[in-house]
Amino acid sequence: MAILLLPILIPLIAAAINAVFGPKLGERTSGWLATLACMASFACSVVLFAQVAGQSEGGMNTNLFPWVWVENLHVSFGLLVDRLSAALMLIITGVGALIHLYSIGYMHGDSRFSRYFVYLNLFVAFMLVLVMGNNYLMMFVGWEGVGLCSYLLIGFWYEKAKNTDAARKAFVLNRIGDVGFIVGLLLMFSVFQSLNFSDVLGVGETGFKIGAAQLPFVGLITLLLLVGATGKSAQIPLLVWLPDAMSGPTPASALIHAATMVTAGIYMIVRSHVLFDAAPSSANVVALVGACTALLAGSIALRQYDIKKVLAYSTVSQLGFMVAAAGLGAYTASIFHLMTHAFFKALLFLAAGSVIHGMEHYAHNMAASHDEKHIDPQDMRNMGGLARKMPLTALTFLAGALSLAGLPPFSGFWSKDEIILAALERNPVVFALLAVTAVITAFYTGRQLMLVFWGTARTRDARNAQESGPLMTLPLLLLAILALFGGLLNFPGGLWLEHWLEPVLGAEPAAGFNVAIAILFSTLTIVALLVAFGLYRYGGRETQVKAQTGLKGALNRGWYLDDIYRAIFVIPFYALASFLARVFDLGGIDGVVNGIGRLVNTVALGARRYQSGFVRMYGLVMLFGVVAMLTWFMLSAR
Amino acid sequence: MTDIQPVILLSALLFTIGVVGVISRRNALIIFMCVELMLNSSNLALVAFARQWGNLDGQLFVFFVMAVAAAEVAVGLALMVAIFRTKHSTNVDELSQLKG
Repeated sequence: MAILLLPILIPLIAAAINAVFGPKLGERTSGWLATLACMASFACSVVLFAQVAGQSEGGMNTNLFPWVWVENLHVSFGLLVDRLSAALMLIITGVGALIHLYSIGYMHGDSRFSRYFVYLNLFVAFMLVLVMGNNYLMMFVGWEGVGLCSYLLIGFWYEKAKNTDAARKAFVLNRIGDVGFIVGLLLMFSVFQSLNFSDVLGVGETGFKIGAAQLPFVGLITLLLLVGATGKSAQIPLLVWLPDAMSGPTPASALIHAATMVTAGIYMIVRSHVLFDAAPSSANVVALVGACTALLAGSIALRQYDIKKVLAYSTVSQLGFMVAAAGLGAYTASIFHLMTHAFFKALLFLAAGSVIHGMEHYAHNMAASHDEKHIDPQDMRNMGGLARKMPLTALTFLAGALSLAGLPPFSGFWSKDEIILAALERNPVVFALLAVTAVITAFYTGRQLMLVFWGTARTRDARNAQESGPLMTLPLLLLAILALFGGLLNFPGGLWLEHWLEPVLGAEPAAGFNVAIAILFSTLTIVALLVAFGLYRYGGRETQVKAQTGLKGALNRGWYLDDIYRAIFVIPFYALASFLARVFDLGGIDGVVNGIGRLVNTVALGARRYQSGFVRMYGLVMLFGVVAMLTWFMLSAR
Repeated sequence: MTDIQPVILLSALLFTIGVVGVISRRNALIIFMCVELMLNSSNLALVAFARQWGNLDGQLFVFFVMAVAAAEVAVGLALMVAIFRTKHSTNVDELSQLKG
């Protein structure tokens, strides 16, 4: 079963080679090595996918070697490739390979070129561990590994304090989620006496039922797992790290913070669907958290100016859709949206990277001197009219944007429609939240399209923007095709994905297709897009940089979430730290240490007077001493 | 059996003279001589007790004391010469640099 290891090992070996010899290999070799490794991993995944497709159900579940073997805790280094993980492996390695390819062009000339690819390959390996593990501990290893790579890539340009701050923020918030996850796993072990999917979830068995003794604990376990998911997948209340994570290289954002890593939480919930099915109240919480996050993040995206921040908040919003779907029990719809989102959001990020690349062209190649005023290449207020300068990028961005907005026949429409339909049938509150979010999504997508590509160039840098090279546009085109036709995966009528996942997820009520709902939401999307087009046709009034007030300001600042968290957590934490440092450490611990020193000093000051330096004095003392001792001996001898 | 009481009394007297000399005199040479006096008074006591008990161990011990005292005198006098060369004095009260 060595082929199961190959998809993980190949990127890992490539990462090791690049880590040791990278700087000597040169850009071309280093970049292509990493890209080919990811492509080879994709090829292995295709082979595995075909093998899984050949089997009826169950997939391949192998324990390679015992890993943690203590008392009654038996965890193997085991891999599971069933229909769910095989599908996700294709997404991870496939989209990953395209992003690797794009990165060769995007990272050209960076001083830490090979290191970037080390991180990227490492990420792919860990992400595969996450989806391929056959127990929760393996999943957790991958979970932490991708968190590490995310941290490293967010802070990749660590010369700027802003970037390292963002990296630390992501890490800390993820840790908070991880604590929930770990506690959930501990509770799970004490209840189930195992962490294997086969024991806990009955993977590969038919008609698995959770024992009556374990059932009361499932609610708590699932809630703790949800805490883990809110960290990794940026849901309320731990969502604030993802927008800041955009300070890393754009292709890394596309791979990690849009297509794959942030969906780990959704994968975890869908994988644990047996538990969530057994705890309907937890599932309701999941659905509500997802729907609220979708609306909150969507509303924030309305007033962002940074091209990547808009996409970041929209990612959080779309993740909310997936989590809500998983909470509603529409697992196929959740995975379906995960896939289409991986296509179109990776596409949007890469296209945004291409836009940024084009915007930087002037500053890098044409500026007369470094003294010229620097223009933020990510601020949409500085763009405009880029469609004429960068036609390929504009076209592919349009495909991604319309898919995100949910316009038929783009892929996003089909998956979003399925989620909304499921919400309509099962939970009216979630449906209302998601419906509003869907309209908002279309609006901010239209706004972004107008601000970036329409109208006339508003700055010198936008006037001189240039289309990116073929290494960057080729992945864009491929992803655009996927974004266009990704909806076919679970096209109403065929429902290929649903049948594919049925052995893993069990028989769900078949996702129907409600023509009225589809037409209603298509119309709403078109109206929202047209309103946005009309409002921002000439760049809109907000192209002037000015202070935002009221609701606009609140949206621009992300509902002041960062400020609220600062007031509630950061400032009291600083106060506590300062108390410990100034009062407890200086007063308490230092006081004890200094006190001992002072005590010795005082005793010594008193004692030194007895060392007068007069020999005869010493003699006298000796005499008295001897006499006293002799006297004592004589008295006691009696 | 010889009565050793007078001899022990003499020994005690000599020892006391030595102690008083060590404590009250300032001249290092005199102090040194007083130390010798104390050593020899103890020798006297050892010899006397050895005679009383008919045990030669005490007499033997006296030889050790005399040998050690000779060595001590050699070292002590050499030290004193060295001190006199640097301090131009044998007054022990002036040799108090090591006081706390």
